[in-house]
Amino acid sequence: MSARDRLRPPVAATAGTLLPGFADPVLDAQSAFRAVLEAMARPGRVQRLPRPPAPPAPILPAAGAVLLALVDSATPVLTDAGAEAEAWLRFHAGCPLADGPAEADFLLATGTPPPLAALRAGTDEDPQLSATLILQVQALEEGSGWRLTGPGIEREHRLRVAGAPPGFIAERTANAALFPRGVDVILCAGDRVAALPRTTRIEEG
Amino acid sequence: MSEATTEQRRGWMGVLARAGAKGILPRLEGAPPLPPHSRLRGPEIGLTMLRGRAGGDGAPFNLGEMTVTRCAVRLEDGRVGHAYLAGRDMRGAELAAVLDAALQDPERRPGLMRAVVDPLAAEQAAAREASARKAAATRVRFLTMANMR
Amino acid sequence: MYVAVKGGEAAISNAHAWLAEERRGDPALPEIGTEQIGEQLTLAVDRVMAEGSCHDPSLAALAIKQARGDLIEAIFLLRAYRTTLPRFGTSLPLDTGEMRVRRRISATYKDLPGGQVLGPTFDYTHRLLDFALAAEGHAPPPAPEAEPGEDAACPRVTGMLADEGLMAGEEPSEAEPGDLTRTPLSFPAGRALRLQNLARADEGFLLSMAYSTQRGYGANHPFVGELRQGEVTVEIVPPELGFPIEIGEITVTECQMVNQFHGSRTEPPQFTRGYGLVLGRTERRAMSMALVDRALRAAELGEEVVAPAQDEEFVLSHSDNIEATGFLEHLKLPHYVDFQSELEIVRAMRAAASPPAMPPVMKEAAE
Repeated sequence: MSARDRLRPPVAATAGTLLPGFADPVLDAQSAFRAVLEAMARPGRVQRLPRPPAPPAPILPAAGAVLLALVDSATPVLTDAGAEAEAWLRFHAGCPLADGPAEADFLLATGTPPPLAALRAGTDEDPQLSATLILQVQALEEGSGWRLTGPGIEREHRLRVAGAPPGFIAERTANAALFPRGVDVILCAGDRVAALPRTTRIEEG
Repeated sequence: MSEATTEQRRGWMGVLARAGAKGILPRLEGAPPLPPHSRLRGPEIGLTMLRGRAGGDGAPFNLGEMTVTRCAVRLEDGRVGHAYLAGRDMRGAELAAVLDAALQDPERRPGLMRAVVDPLAAEQAAAREASARKAAATRVRFLTMANMR
Repeated sequence: MYVAVKGGEAAISNAHAWLAEERRGDPALPEIGTEQIGEQLTLAVDRVMAEGSCHDPSLAALAIKQARGDLIEAIFLLRAYRTTLPRFGTSLPLDTGEMRVRRRISATYKDLPGGQVLGPTFDYTHRLLDFALAAEGHAPPPAPEAEPGEDAACPRVTGMLADEGLMAGEEPSEAEPGDLTRTPLSFPAGRALRLQNLARADEGFLLSMAYSTQRGYGANHPFVGELRQGEVTVEIVPPELGFPIEIGEITVTECQMVNQFHGSRTEPPQFTRGYGLVLGRTERRAMSMALVDRALRAAELGEEVVAPAQDEEFVLSHSDNIEATGFLEHLKLPHYVDFQSELEIVRAMRAAASPPAMPPVMKEAAE
């Protein structure tokens, strides 16, 4: 096959490629990774992204930072954020776009996410092959709200999540029963993140 | 003057990629000044996985990686330029990206082609030609030997 | 089990300082530059790139300087460096048919289209040490040039045999190949992973495996159908552009090894191919790879798997010199607790076997 047969429609047609990613791709990605690591290690504790990018709407700065830090050409992403956001992600992270929830390593939900049961949960042998859901919400506050327990939490952490999708806790509880399989969730609001790894138990506060 | 075709753009991108900063910088001295730009991505160094084909024409396989530098810039008029260069050459990638953006402008193209791209293309063709001529000198002429008798 | 041992920081730091001094050698002599290594030790650079599985001549040259010429150490350094870089994508498959040939020979056809092009080769040199090179300021005259002529194009030799119907063709395929840098090897690996593994395998190991097939360990009667070396263009399709662009040229060596095949129930007698493609001008490596590739196709071609070179798991598991040297050299790490337990076992066994009256010291003195 000659190179000429490989012509594909470009993704550059939208404004998504016109917005920069991280100001400093190395250091900013490292600090975003560190924030996600802290969030995952201390479920329900809210971390602030020190230097998030300014992604195209409707991607929030925190979600943009998490994606640019975590995804690459080997991790298909599915998002409901629209063409401009997809072009921005592909341009800066180099990630392929997944055809459906079952093919995605990462999902970015700016609205109602697909059912957790439709996402990859990994296998008992390879539980790390599960999907990570990046869920944009309106606000994240520590100290009240959901009651979180499990690994990484000494007694309990309280997390108030404004704008979580209806029925999320029930779905999440069903998903947690699959352990060691299951979906990890990263909640994003503004420039803040909190994580709900699959090991965390959530009760309505 | 019209918008550049994909074929034209492929052409100058290939020439600029081969030239790198070492080739481009001296050519810029006699060229119209480059427009101001802002960086969209990079310049940054990464890898591309090289592929071969089993038997030369069969199924693809991964041969090994190579270092690549890429850059994307935007001019004030909104034109976006891209560059991907073999090797680690941040300056070359940024220059090639700015030139790619500027060359898309029908007003700027003829001057930049004349001062930068065309001479670099000629240099590269000459280097290829020199290598082909050395190879030709090592070609075995069995018939020549037979005729010497 | 390995036990963490603390202490020795000062000794380690002093050892590194001595290493740096030894690396530099006699300071009265000029320091070797990486550009000199890149230009004058090109085949060492090529080997480091091929086995480091990363094309970047200046990095390979630096690695060779840092490793004091220990090529496996240099390969290790290059492999470690590449893990720090993001992968932007993959190239289109290299079109070796379009290679700008510097060297192209065939051992199967004398008068083939494009001819025998010897290129800059060690072949036909007398392997006599050239003391003129030991003198400084040795500048060779420029290599002669000739008109390439109308008939300089070099079609593939395998194509000539295929046109006659005597060469087993490659299945045309655009299947996405596996990548052993991303997914650990498992068996059976398949040809794409085998070729990736062989392309970065230790040259000495590849050579020995290939040699074993020639000596009868694995039925093989190979001919160099074609060996070609030269520059190929690297093209990628950046998603933001959607069309292929050329990003540069690299030098590669390709070997098509032709082997007789007796035929099977489904296939007529014909020739089959072993394929070698490597970064750089590493010709021995390309030939070895082609022989081992052919040997590893034994099962697929219905041949009996009897020799080490035909055993996919054996070859692929032992070909990587970084894995091999890592596991071998880890034996230098403290195994104090391991050894302590072995010591106790051996003492206990001795105690059980020796006559109780004879004290151990006496026994040792008696031996």
